Amino acid sequence: MIVFKNVNKLYNKEFHAVENMNLHIEKGELFALIGPSGSGKSTTMKMINRLIEPTSGTVLINHKNIAEENPVTLRRNIGYVIQHIGLLPHMTIGENIALVPRLKKWDKEKSSKRVDELLEMVGLPTKTYRNRYPAELSGGQQQRIGVIRALAGDPPIILMDEPFSALDPISREQLQDDLLDLQTKFHKTIVFVTHDIDEAIKLGDRIGIMQAGKLIQVDTPERILRHPINDFVRTFIGADRINQIEKYPAIEEVMIHAITIFPTFGLAEGLTKMRKYKVDSLLIIDKDKTFLGVANAREIQKHFSNEKIVLSDIMKRDVQTVKLSQELGDAINLISEHNVEFLPVLDESNHLKGLITRASLVDVMAEQMRTNNNDADVEEDK
Amino acid sequence: MLANFLIMLQNRWPEIMIGTWQHIQLTLVALLIANLIALPLGILLTRKRKVAETIIGITSVFQTIPSLALLGFMVPIFGIGFMPAIIALTVYGLLPILRNTYTGIVGVNQAVIDAGTGMGMTSRQVLFMIELPLALPIIMAGIRTATVMVIGVATLAALVGAGGLGDLIFRGIAMARQDLILAGAIPVALLSILFDYGLKKIELFVQPKNQ
Repeated sequence: MIVFKNVNKLYNKEFHAVENMNLHIEKGELFALIGPSGSGKSTTMKMINRLIEPTSGTVLINHKNIAEENPVTLRRNIGYVIQHIGLLPHMTIGENIALVPRLKKWDKEKSSKRVDELLEMVGLPTKTYRNRYPAELSGGQQQRIGVIRALAGDPPIILMDEPFSALDPISREQLQDDLLDLQTKFHKTIVFVTHDIDEAIKLGDRIGIMQAGKLIQVDTPERILRHPINDFVRTFIGADRINQIEKYPAIEEVMIHAITIFPTFGLAEGLTKMRKYKVDSLLIIDKDKTFLGVANAREIQKHFSNEKIVLSDIMKRDVQTVKLSQELGDAINLISEHNVEFLPVLDESNHLKGLITRASLVDVMAEQMRTNNNDADVEEDK
Repeated sequence: MLANFLIMLQNRWPEIMIGTWQHIQLTLVALLIANLIALPLGILLTRKRKVAETIIGITSVFQTIPSLALLGFMVPIFGIGFMPAIIALTVYGLLPILRNTYTGIVGVNQAVIDAGTGMGMTSRQVLFMIELPLALPIIMAGIRTATVMVIGVATLAALVGAGGLGDLIFRGIAMARQDLILAGAIPVALLSILFDYGLKKIELFVQPKNQ
């Protein structure tokens, strides 16, 4: 949808505000551009609606070079929300929202309907708010108007330049939630500039991290948190957030020894083994340890009278498992999602390596909470 | 004293009326020209900020020339009568209007202008939909200042033969007649107050609501 091709922006022929930017923003995604101040994120964004012209390179929207388009027409089809809100103080809320429709010369009725619709959508009743002036609204309400004003002309693209950074934390949360709601309804292509990594993680489908004019890493929040590309990114997203992930030990460290049995064994043998190890399920493997399935006590009891059958006849083959290479977080998710008591851990060629149970996870969680609390104590001591 | 004054008023009534009328003419014509020059120039300067300080500096130099001297300068160039007076008064009225137009527009919250431009307003739309409405109170204040100043300075126009209420005052000074001086001075004061009040009303009427 929006493509940057080798875009550079120089000021005074020496200061490289944006350096060799190549970026592809997909249709319908919320792309968060993040970086410390002066990293060129706002400059990058303003090149999309030509408030800033690149020194070299091209910016394409829908395969069209925007340098060849009329900037005014271009801007009327790109919503714009700025940090300082920028509502026109001498116009009512209704007039403010209807500004772009008015510039685009929609007929009165259509734009009036649009205003009502948008106001209701963000929970500001038309009757109460439409004829008020911006100064009569709180900061959070004003920016809510700022956001719907950007939507009013129904643009496919919306640019947001640190829109919530000047708000109090509660309004900020609410507006972020509102934005996510609106986004699920409208699926606009949104470029969202922020310096708040939490905001970027919460809102962004993808995050682009900038430093000194360069785009350093572009990826989903999840992958950036897990695989920060260098020390700058690691510091920027913060040791705390990385630790939260890294503090989970590897699956290998958490898994316990599995009680196994071969499929050719009879039911009585199975039951004896269960009693001996005080378990209610046995993992069934073949001679080279390939995982085959699970036999549980209830099934064995049900078929116990039948002396002819063996464990492989009653074992459950379709069992949720986890790979050794996966993260412990995945294992936790699998257990709660599928509501199972345990997960067999397999290696890449399906050899059984061990077992993760609810009980073993509780131990891990408890250990983690204990160390987190200790860390917090240390912080306070400082 | 009061009785003398009233008799004088009665005798001089036609002269006072003529003087007042001339005074209003001088003021209005000078202000009209000053506005026609200073408003567009002020707006233009906001687009050319590099030269703005210089131009405004030049107009303030005019302001520092004593009004009497300025009128005196006009005589060798433009002769005597209505014309040199109008030119001098116009020069006098320029600065407050020019400066307030410029500072008023420059002072408009940049965020609002950015939002307007970003939403796709043309430069003209930004001017008429955002900058002028928001700068209006300051521009009007400049016009009011200029008006009151011009009404005052216009008394001196009598010296270059342009008439006005200054005629009565100077004749009073020459004849050492205080009542004659008052017959000129009081209408000047009343005019100032009246114009200022009228402009204030206009300002309230046109000013954007609720800021």
